[in-house]
Amino acid sequence: MYGNAQIDEKQKSKSLTEGEDPDKLAEFEARITGGEKIEPKDWMPKAYRKQLIRMIEQHAHSEIIGALPEGTWITRAPGFRRKLALMAKVQDEVGHGQLLYSAAETLGKTREDMLNDLISGKSKYSNVFNYPAMTWGDTAIIAWLIDAGAIINQVTNSKGSYGPYCRALERICSEESFHLKYGHDNVVYLATGTPQQRELVQDALNRWWQPIMHFHGPPDKMSEHTVVLMKWKVKMATNDEMRQRFLDEYVPKIWDLGLTIPDPKLKKNESTGEWEYTEPDWEEFKRVINGDGPCNKERLQVRRWAEERGAWVRRALMRAEQKYTVPLA
Amino acid sequence: MNLPANEDGKEILGSLEEWETFEVFHQKKRGEQHVHVGIVHAAGPDMALIMAKEAFGRRRQTANLWVVRSSAVSATSYDDQDIFETTPEKTYREASDYYCMDKIRKYQQEHGIKDRKEDRRKKKEEKTK
Repeated sequence: MYGNAQIDEKQKSKSLTEGEDPDKLAEFEARITGGEKIEPKDWMPKAYRKQLIRMIEQHAHSEIIGALPEGTWITRAPGFRRKLALMAKVQDEVGHGQLLYSAAETLGKTREDMLNDLISGKSKYSNVFNYPAMTWGDTAIIAWLIDAGAIINQVTNSKGSYGPYCRALERICSEESFHLKYGHDNVVYLATGTPQQRELVQDALNRWWQPIMHFHGPPDKMSEHTVVLMKWKVKMATNDEMRQRFLDEYVPKIWDLGLTIPDPKLKKNESTGEWEYTEPDWEEFKRVINGDGPCNKERLQVRRWAEERGAWVRRALMRAEQKYTVPLA
Repeated sequence: MNLPANEDGKEILGSLEEWETFEVFHQKKRGEQHVHVGIVHAAGPDMALIMAKEAFGRRRQTANLWVVRSSAVSATSYDDQDIFETTPEKTYREASDYYCMDKIRKYQQEHGIKDRKEDRRKKKEEKTK
């Protein structure tokens, strides 16, 4: 589960290709234009490596942190079958994190560095996971609509240029199809159920609509930077393009259930084919992504706790042949 | 390794004991996964790549080959087959196990919500008539 790449705009004043060998760069770009994948040992511009590490690492963190709000609902999921399905989904998400960390490692950043950067707050993860899953309705909306947004992003990115990332994404997308159907099933069950169940899911949709609109990131400033990253197939579509695709596919499905979306301006402009909507509060987005959201502290604390509590296990595994002798006196 | 000996009792292929087998992974097209295709015997990785090219890259489309010392491969045991077993009841992990169109249509009929795919379905039916 992941939104779109957060481009490092700080770099934009400098050229992305500064200091690169022009011949090698031309060859590299020609390969990408021709649809070829780049592999770990191939030559690549420094900025390409840097942006990909940043993007794949954020994606991996999002999978791990994204498992937290849903994981807390396993014991409270209504019914044995839903508990089993939710466990399977959470296990998948953590597995996706593993696949992605490995893909990022092929670019030269160690896993330890990535995890430390997550805990210190240096690396980001998808902003939506800084919000709490208050009710079972929230988990249904997350599993359906957040995963839907993630699938749109991941299918698009799987056509990118970096081989190990694309191959990991293909595998991830095939597993996400279960999450999507499971989430839809939960929403439909509540929406077609008793008045209380309907209210539960409508409330959850109202709470989650803004985070959903935030999911693919703020509108891109089409800087030179963005243009180069799109040419290199690091970024495959603009954030607004992804959001349009999401709205086009899922708003009608939400309306099918007679649920309302808390945005009176939301409608499809039939002449342009584009969805019109109220811009979500991008100031809140910035504030939350920089640490001031309802759950940021808790999410990182859980992660830090796991890291510290598991440290002795990782150390022990490094020297499996060593035996520990308890002193008798 | 027991190798055939000469009449004078000297081992003829003694030096081959220094050789190793290498597992060969073949990539058909750039961007695809490397797939295990077989084994070659060689004195080192450079030679193993040459042998792999001859044995596995000769007649088929090849983008890339990997060789890995067989001794570096760790594997599961066939005796532990049960670790891969899954129960048929675990269908809750399959996308195909979730279908809710009946529920949606029933709700729409009861609450007067237009089925937006109805027109398309009717058109399709007319065509087939």
